[in-house]
Amino acid sequence: MSRARYQGAVTGSGTRPGAGFAVKLVLVALVDALGVFGVLAAWRAGSWGILAATVALLAAANWVYFTKRSLPLKYILPGLAFLLVYQVYVVGYTGYVAFTNYGDGHNSTKEQAVDALLVQNERRVEGSPALPLTVVESSAGDLGFAVVSGGEAEVGTADEPLAAAPGATLDGGVVTAVPGWTVLDRATVLQRQDEVTTLRVPVSADAADGSVRTQDARTGYVFQPVLVYDEAADTMTDATTGVVYTPNDEGQFASADGETLPVGWRVTVGFENFATAFGDDRYAGPFVKILAWTFAFALLSVVTTFALGMFLAMVFNDPRLRGRKVYRTLMILPYAMPGFLAALLWAGMLNTSFGVVNQVLLGGASVPWLTDPWLAKLSVLGVNLWLGFPYMFLICTGALQSLPGDVYEAARIDGAGRWRTWRSITMPLLLVATAPLLISSFAFNFNNFTLIKMLTGGGPRFDDASVPLGHTDILISMVYNVSGLDGSAPRDYGLASALSIVIFVVVGVVSAVAFRQTRKLEELS
Amino acid sequence: MRRSILLASALATTLALTACGSGEGTAGGSGDEPADDAASATAQASGSLTVWVDETREAAVEQAAAAFEDETGVDVELVQKNFEDIRADFLAQVPTGEGPDITVGAHDWLGEFTANGVVAPIELGDKAGDFIPVSVEAFTQDGQVYGLPYAIENIALIRNTELAPEAPKTFDDMIAAGEKAGTKFPFLIQSDGDKGDPYTYYPFQTSFGAPVFEQNDDGSYRPELALGGKAGEAYATWLGEQGEAGNLSTDISYDIAVEAFAKGRSPFVVGGPWMLEKFGDLDLAVDPVPAPGGQPAQPFAGVQGFYVSAQSENALLANDFLVNSMSTPQAQTALFEAGGRPPALVEAADAASEDPLVAGFREVGATAVPMPSIPEMGSVWSFWGVTEASIISGKADDPAAAWDKMVSDIEGSIG
Repeated sequence: MSRARYQGAVTGSGTRPGAGFAVKLVLVALVDALGVFGVLAAWRAGSWGILAATVALLAAANWVYFTKRSLPLKYILPGLAFLLVYQVYVVGYTGYVAFTNYGDGHNSTKEQAVDALLVQNERRVEGSPALPLTVVESSAGDLGFAVVSGGEAEVGTADEPLAAAPGATLDGGVVTAVPGWTVLDRATVLQRQDEVTTLRVPVSADAADGSVRTQDARTGYVFQPVLVYDEAADTMTDATTGVVYTPNDEGQFASADGETLPVGWRVTVGFENFATAFGDDRYAGPFVKILAWTFAFALLSVVTTFALGMFLAMVFNDPRLRGRKVYRTLMILPYAMPGFLAALLWAGMLNTSFGVVNQVLLGGASVPWLTDPWLAKLSVLGVNLWLGFPYMFLICTGALQSLPGDVYEAARIDGAGRWRTWRSITMPLLLVATAPLLISSFAFNFNNFTLIKMLTGGGPRFDDASVPLGHTDILISMVYNVSGLDGSAPRDYGLASALSIVIFVVVGVVSAVAFRQTRKLEELS
Repeated sequence: MRRSILLASALATTLALTACGSGEGTAGGSGDEPADDAASATAQASGSLTVWVDETREAAVEQAAAAFEDETGVDVELVQKNFEDIRADFLAQVPTGEGPDITVGAHDWLGEFTANGVVAPIELGDKAGDFIPVSVEAFTQDGQVYGLPYAIENIALIRNTELAPEAPKTFDDMIAAGEKAGTKFPFLIQSDGDKGDPYTYYPFQTSFGAPVFEQNDDGSYRPELALGGKAGEAYATWLGEQGEAGNLSTDISYDIAVEAFAKGRSPFVVGGPWMLEKFGDLDLAVDPVPAPGGQPAQPFAGVQGFYVSAQSENALLANDFLVNSMSTPQAQTALFEAGGRPPALVEAADAASEDPLVAGFREVGATAVPMPSIPEMGSVWSFWGVTEASIISGKADDPAAAWDKMVSDIEGSIG
């Protein structure tokens, strides 16, 4: 009965599309317009993966919103699409990178690495002059260079070495016309710039004399390649020493005696990154310390902020307190400040010699707030308490206000004191409402990169300076430092991704276990 | 049912296509279809250049770009980026083909850029002689030039002439003059907490004869550490002494140093031309950094320039723009006026040297050594700074031992 009525409402009895359908049509048309635009853009850029994904999403959207079978999907689809793009894809891609050696020296594809090696190892022949150059085209359509060498015009193409062109017209030291050749104007040269920049015109029949090339189509220089790439054999040969380099499993060209060429490319390396993450004994000691501190930091942050937030919420929930609204607004102020800004401000205020805390509040004391290992940890927790309690205050206030008054009355009649009421009624009921938020707060603090980076930068450093890590580093900032993303070590995105995946698993497991535990709380009520 | 879905989707898609039809019409002409009319032929031929610039230099590059556009009909698109972001973004985006044709950058990125194959060499030809030699040297690797330099920066001793009328000869002179001036600090040098600041401290280190890497005859570096040994230990010991005496402190950040100097709380500060604008109407002079050791105090020279992407589809235009438009005195002077760093082109630098402060920095810069751009340098900074900081703050009991430990750590990291 109710289902029939609902269907009728949605479709306008199936035959006559109503105003609702028109609105839907327009909205979906807008979405399609965006999608088609995306498809075209992806087509032009040659990004086939994005194209396929856009087409699939677009098809799904059209199906979902025009079929009558998928009412729930109509609500979920937008969220699902964003989840796929911003979460699942990101996690998937990180997982993929974790198994590659993407990083410094392995930054791009093999093709680009070969290009880069060749271009870096083509040297100007020492002492060779700069040749005023004109780009010309033969009647057969071959591009060539007309250069002025020693006051005389010479013309050549990739196949024909430079030869004197007696009939050429020179104007201002540049060839302006050659009989039998068409001089290309600037616009045409620019149009064919790829061909022009890759054109090499041999100086003579002997290849050892080098060849002329140009970078700006105005001046040519004689160049000599040092590395030669043999496409068929897939090897690099050093023209001066004769050493042959072949590609190895690490994504580099290596010679027989193990010497490698500098530019490599990205290859998959299996579990090597994970082995490095756990196997490198330089990191073994710090890793354990940092793991322990990360858990301590995340847990203590949640506990302290929740305790303070709840205490304040209960105080300000008391109807006898005057001006509660004003106080509550003031309490929320730290929450309204961007976290990174607050962390930076605190870093300045806690400076040992010049900070406000030491100078003004402690009358010129020099307490090493951020440079002593234990005090730095305390400072981090303190600043995070300042930043985090308003959130807990807000959610506790909300939860407290929704607690039923009759339970309290029953407790009072049963003769329960304040402490007993709080322990047996307020706390359990409050936890039911806030436990999921506490878990997400734990996950957030576990990866609270901004605070650590801005407040202490992970410092003070461990006494063993052989690793770029410090006493307040948490796992995520350790990943940042170890993988060189801060510039203090060679960048290694593969290692960073592998470590991120490990953190992802840790946070995932902790959250899953914690959520399971919270079910017990719900049974209470 | 199924057919009605298809029908409705088709209807929606048609609507969508009609809606963006007008836009398609204008865009189609320049890109996809073979151009048969004259107007679109030039539009296609002229091409376009994408240049990454930072905020400070955007206006100056825009001037040169406008002249280039007028001359060649090319469209130069400037993309403003944070200078700090450019290095990583360039590395990440060039391989995807989404990178720019040209970017501004510092010369010490070169090692990383070539190791990753993201930059192409530039042939300056005879124009190389028009630049101050150290600027081209800095962009040279293995005999190839990879950037067009436009500015040289180095640090020097900035002196408040009201508080200290004479340039100090030695480090001890400076401390004495600073104490005589009766200001809160005898002199100021910035540090970054327990991360240290080896860049700013480098002149002191070179005066002890402990440069970071061995230098070849042509000014390029080879990856053999030179900062260890007796000379390095002597420098470490000196750092420890001065830290204990309170002349050096790791608590003085850049902001604190600049503010204290601007308020006249010290007659001397070690710093670069980028500080000057904060000092308003103080009467200043720029002198060489006084040497605490036996040898001259040589700061690092940092050179800024333009790189061409290895994956540029407009390589010809990009080279033409840099070599023939950005190397003119006008362009280099405009960049100087925007950024305040002395120009790399001799002619522009001479013109800029009319300002005694610029001339002062340039004079000190003549003795400077280029900051190493070899990839190994990336492994040095962090160990170096932390060790210096721990010696100055007294956390390391034995400075010489801490220094030796640092040398072996760096060697381990370079591998």
